[in-house]
Amino acid sequence: MKPNQFALRAALPALGAALAALPAQAQETAHSVDEKINEVVGSVTGPFVNFIFAPFPGTSFPWIVLWLVVAATIFTLYFAFVQFRAFPHSIALVSGKYSDPNDAGEVSHFQALATALSGTVGLGNIAGVAVAVSIGGPGATFWMILAGLMGMASKFTECTLGVKYRNEYPDGTVSGGPMYYLKKGMAERGFGGLGSVLAIIFSIFCVLGSLGGGNMFQANQAHAQLANIIGDYPGWITGVIFAAIVFAVIIGGLKSIAQVTEKVVPFMGVLYVGTALIILLMNFDKIGWAFGQIFDGAFTGLGVAGGLVGALIQGFKRAAFSNEAGVGSAAIAHSAVRTKEPITEGFVSLLEPFIDTVVICTMTALVIVITGVLQIDPETGNYIWNADLGRVETLGDVSGVALTSAAFGSALSWFPYVLALAVILFAFSTMISWSYYGLKAWTYMFGEGKFQELSFKILFCIFVIIGAAMNLGPVIDFSDAAIFAMALINIIGLYFLMPIVKAELNSYQTRLKSGEIKRYA
Amino acid sequence: MATETFVVAYENKEGDDGLLDYAIARAKKDDAALLLVHILEWSPYKFLTPQELEERHARRKEELARAKEVILDPALAKVSAAGLEGDCRIRYGSVVELVAEIATEEKASMIFVGRSGTQSMTARIFGSVPLGLSQIAPVPTVIVP
Repeated sequence: MKPNQFALRAALPALGAALAALPAQAQETAHSVDEKINEVVGSVTGPFVNFIFAPFPGTSFPWIVLWLVVAATIFTLYFAFVQFRAFPHSIALVSGKYSDPNDAGEVSHFQALATALSGTVGLGNIAGVAVAVSIGGPGATFWMILAGLMGMASKFTECTLGVKYRNEYPDGTVSGGPMYYLKKGMAERGFGGLGSVLAIIFSIFCVLGSLGGGNMFQANQAHAQLANIIGDYPGWITGVIFAAIVFAVIIGGLKSIAQVTEKVVPFMGVLYVGTALIILLMNFDKIGWAFGQIFDGAFTGLGVAGGLVGALIQGFKRAAFSNEAGVGSAAIAHSAVRTKEPITEGFVSLLEPFIDTVVICTMTALVIVITGVLQIDPETGNYIWNADLGRVETLGDVSGVALTSAAFGSALSWFPYVLALAVILFAFSTMISWSYYGLKAWTYMFGEGKFQELSFKILFCIFVIIGAAMNLGPVIDFSDAAIFAMALINIIGLYFLMPIVKAELNSYQTRLKSGEIKRYA
Repeated sequence: MATETFVVAYENKEGDDGLLDYAIARAKKDDAALLLVHILEWSPYKFLTPQELEERHARRKEELARAKEVILDPALAKVSAAGLEGDCRIRYGSVVELVAEIATEEKASMIFVGRSGTQSMTARIFGSVPLGLSQIAPVPTVIVP
């Protein structure tokens, strides 16, 4: 065991004791600091959030959700259901069957997928799903799965372009992502000016997204978990501690913390899915009923306010926030793979929404539905809607991570502790990934350099504290808005560039059939 | 022209001088050429952070250059000084599998490997390079203490 781990273990109980000893007055002062931050940041982000989630006139349907759905549908049709046709080939690529042994030591397809997944699998799968089913009812799950399946085509498109138009520097390092394909790819299509503008706007939103969904939301939920275990205390305290650790990793270069976390995170992911499966097996007789609720709820709402549209909006929103298909973030991580065929990275990346949304999010939703933490009116069989809270009544009156925790805890009493640890680790690994995405966008705008990098990293750490101190409402709204804003720009670029991806796809498929593309194992 | 090829699994750890000296002595007797094989442990399933992904290609180039200059070139000089034909291979992956694979590819008649020199629990549970080669080596293998 490394000294850092010892220190961390020793520090946690000490922290608990110290917090418990905080005088009531100090806590009150601290809470007022929270409220102040809420007030200031909430008022700053409000107009931006309102614009992104503005409904179509006369409806309650946010235009941005439709934007994503339409894009995923268009990509699905344009590439003739590539996510289903190429699924077996994607698995073969990830398992290294097409990897040249002489390229060993370079980033493998598996590694790029795992790193990209570590940035997406996390709170969206645990807290986001709970939010979706408590507001949209179980039916939201159906739309979430559908969004996940269609989102695979969006991810395929953006990650292919990420590799194709990345920058390769003389020292062998690479930088890629939407800002690069927007600029270079659009110029190739004869829209250089527009591409450059879109690249800059995307970068601005990417920085905001990294500070919002990739940072503040994570810090906020990690604090909620800690407060759940060791009692209520001011959020800024968690924020300062988290910021110090993030600082040590991204500025201090303390790789050991990142490495420990990155090793534990996949294990936590497997443990999470494994436990969900055990709970489903324990309630085997109810699985059919749960799917029934999901399908019925998808089209009728089962008494949930908003009905079909409410379930659909929540499902699509949470799926997009969880798997980030169309957002462009994964293209940054995937662009590091050393491959002669950019399209192969597209094939690999389409597995991401599948694992993230179709498998993991669905597990969470099924556990929440099956364990009965959403309250049902025994007379009508419909869910009990709490108009004041704007969601379904839940056992213990909880939402977000706490709802998922209650659902798992109702079957396995010890699991909330494991979940709390998982949430904290997921939050941390997501922050590390997003600090990188944000940094890439930042340096795209301000140029590569030590000063530019340091300024962004310090800003990122400050936002950890702000995120942990705010209450859930403003944080989740800003997180969503910033991520969706990235998708707004990215998808415009994808429409322009999809013929290039199509040409790559056709050429690759022809060569694969002819045997020109070699299988090594 | 040498009549046969001996593969030397060369890690450049403590005691590998003895391994190289012994392999040179045996090669002289049998009129064999020496193929020094240096493997950089690597798994395509090892987790990398986004920053590591970005830098991986550059790091690989550095690692290969360092292995050549610092580890294999001095060893090859020693082989040449002894009047023998020598060559080298640097690969990424699992040491045991790749040494055995290269021995087969190059039609080597013998493999020389240094004793792992560890009695740690890890080596007992997961095995060591000499132990692994003793199980899968395609040709006679000499473990040099």
